[in-house]
Amino acid sequence: MFIDFFYILRKKGVPVSITEWMSFMEALYNGYFQSSLNHLYYLGRAFLVKSEAYYDAFDLAFQEYFGGIKTEKLELDKVMEWLENPLHRLPKLSPEEMAELQRQIQEFRNTHDMDELMRQFRERLKEQKERHDGGGKWIGTGGTSPFGAYGFHPGGIRVGGESGMQSAAKVASERRFRNYRNDIILDVRQTKMALKKLRELKREGLEEELDIDETIDKTAKEGGEIELVFNRSRENSVRLILLMDTGGSMLPYTELCERLFSAASQMEHFKEFRYYFFHNTIYQDIYEDIQNYKKVPTEKLFSNFHKGYKIVIVGDASMAYSELFDINGCIDYFYTNDKPSLEWLLRIKEHFPHSVWLNPTHMNFWGHYTVDTIGKIFPMYELTVDGLKDAVKTLSSRTKSIRQLSAMSA
Amino acid sequence: MANATQGYKGSDDYIASKPLMEIVNVSVALGKPLVVKGEPGTGKTLLAHSISRALNKKLLIWNIKSTTKAKDGLYVYDTVQRLNDARFKDKDISDIGQYIKLGRLGQAFKSEEQLVLLIDEIDKADIEFPNDLLNELDEMSFHIHELDEEVVAKQRPVVIITSNSEKELPDAFLRRCLFCYIEFPDDEMMERIVKVHYPDIENKLVKEALKKFYWIREMDGLRKKPSTSELLDWIKALSLGGINLEKIGSEIPFVGTLLKNEQDTDRFIKLSNAQGGFGFKRRY
Repeated sequence: MFIDFFYILRKKGVPVSITEWMSFMEALYNGYFQSSLNHLYYLGRAFLVKSEAYYDAFDLAFQEYFGGIKTEKLELDKVMEWLENPLHRLPKLSPEEMAELQRQIQEFRNTHDMDELMRQFRERLKEQKERHDGGGKWIGTGGTSPFGAYGFHPGGIRVGGESGMQSAAKVASERRFRNYRNDIILDVRQTKMALKKLRELKREGLEEELDIDETIDKTAKEGGEIELVFNRSRENSVRLILLMDTGGSMLPYTELCERLFSAASQMEHFKEFRYYFFHNTIYQDIYEDIQNYKKVPTEKLFSNFHKGYKIVIVGDASMAYSELFDINGCIDYFYTNDKPSLEWLLRIKEHFPHSVWLNPTHMNFWGHYTVDTIGKIFPMYELTVDGLKDAVKTLSSRTKSIRQLSAMSA
Repeated sequence: MANATQGYKGSDDYIASKPLMEIVNVSVALGKPLVVKGEPGTGKTLLAHSISRALNKKLLIWNIKSTTKAKDGLYVYDTVQRLNDARFKDKDISDIGQYIKLGRLGQAFKSEEQLVLLIDEIDKADIEFPNDLLNELDEMSFHIHELDEEVVAKQRPVVIITSNSEKELPDAFLRRCLFCYIEFPDDEMMERIVKVHYPDIENKLVKEALKKFYWIREMDGLRKKPSTSELLDWIKALSLGGINLEKIGSEIPFVGTLLKNEQDTDRFIKLSNAQGGFGFKRRY
């Protein structure tokens, strides 16, 4: 039932799983949707969509699948009019009659399925040309036909009527959740998720966890006199430095870099997070601001930060040959450098073993000579969610291998 | 079905939209946890309070912090206390049961009557946290290793989980829950909310205040938009301060109750000077 709706949802990019679909179906069979399109819309959404970012896609899918009713707009308006006011108050049914009706409904449920019902509804809508109240076939009020309002056929389709909610089709077509479909925010989240993997749990801070092994040891040594030993709880100890290229060739990627930057700075999950900027490549100075006014000697990086810091450099790495290899090769006319940039990059790599380069350009354009050279110094990854994940993996696995190395040498 | 149509209809001090009520009812009927997301101040936490009042069930609150572990919600085995008691030998320590302290989830499962359990701000905890609760919330049971005892929910509690989307919740977790995003209320809804909190307040004051409130919310570049709770504070301040209505028309008194940081206040002053209060040119 409605299985096409499932596939439309998936086609629209809503990640509906089978578990969710099954519980939706279960609720449907148990009658929680009260056979109304409104309930189907709001409750269906609660069952199937688990993030407001997909509400818009759900609206679109809902419109595509259930909007069929809406396409016969003219008829539907007329139908709504007929249904608006029941001409006569309904007679009260006796309990026996009610039970009989329940039985019929059950039987009806067993023999008909919803798709069939929808088809019949549309067909009857086409045949019917006038207002209809009471009776058992046509769409109208107060009757026992499966279609209509204020009637006695809860297994049927209710058209409008008492419900108090906005029409689902209307809500769906309004697409009120378009704003939540903010792909940029999604990207920042994805970036955050990728960065989140960057963690090393270390024992730091207050001693608050009971160290059972130590306690037993100590107690045994004291001859049964209980001695409690506490440990520090584990915290993320990753310290991150972000170095970003603000050169002209980076302009097309500003937005991308901003996302990375905002994700990293919003994280609150690193022990320490610092950022600096540079122009095209790194010489003896880096900058604290994007405009490159507040100079900081690159030397400070080495004196202030120990090698446990992880470095992420973001830049397109393509520049003139001389900028990377020559003394006084810097693109800025008033800037002189007595050491070629290459030397500085090598020093950074040497001092900070855990460093990666993220390149916002596509891998296909990495043929440039300077990109190639820099790629040999720093492991280079594309600035995409996948590339970022790989970079994070490199940043964390490298630490392990170095630890292993030192363990082996010790 | 009977459950779904009767059931929760909002309480006297909480206005819930119709779809939200329906979702709450289905979640209660199916015994599935309900994840509620939305802007701060849209009443996510209050929803649980309201459900507990409306359905006349006791409310248990489990506030999640960044250090909260999933196991804390089930039970804690107080080894230190036991060790300490063993040292002085003045208590029988053979009964481990007395050192097992049930957490919020454990209490909710053990309770004879059905409870409402609020897991507040689940996104504050570690990203793995929700995954550690998958089975417990699904089966509504867990195992106490120390006693080799199975705690099974006598009555599936109504579980309401709130999230501020600081962290994305894992898919496997969401799959087992119902999800609802509470939109920021529009002005009609907001008027009803204000009325519920301050029933005797002047109609005109509320109208003016709401106009202003939504105007401020629509300002560009505010770091923190004022939310419902700020509006309620502000209206209270206005009515207590006996501000006359003329004044709200041209400037905003007690702006500090609405805007909580300096940059926003600066920005607000700049914008309202440029446009005059409420977007009109100043008369003087």
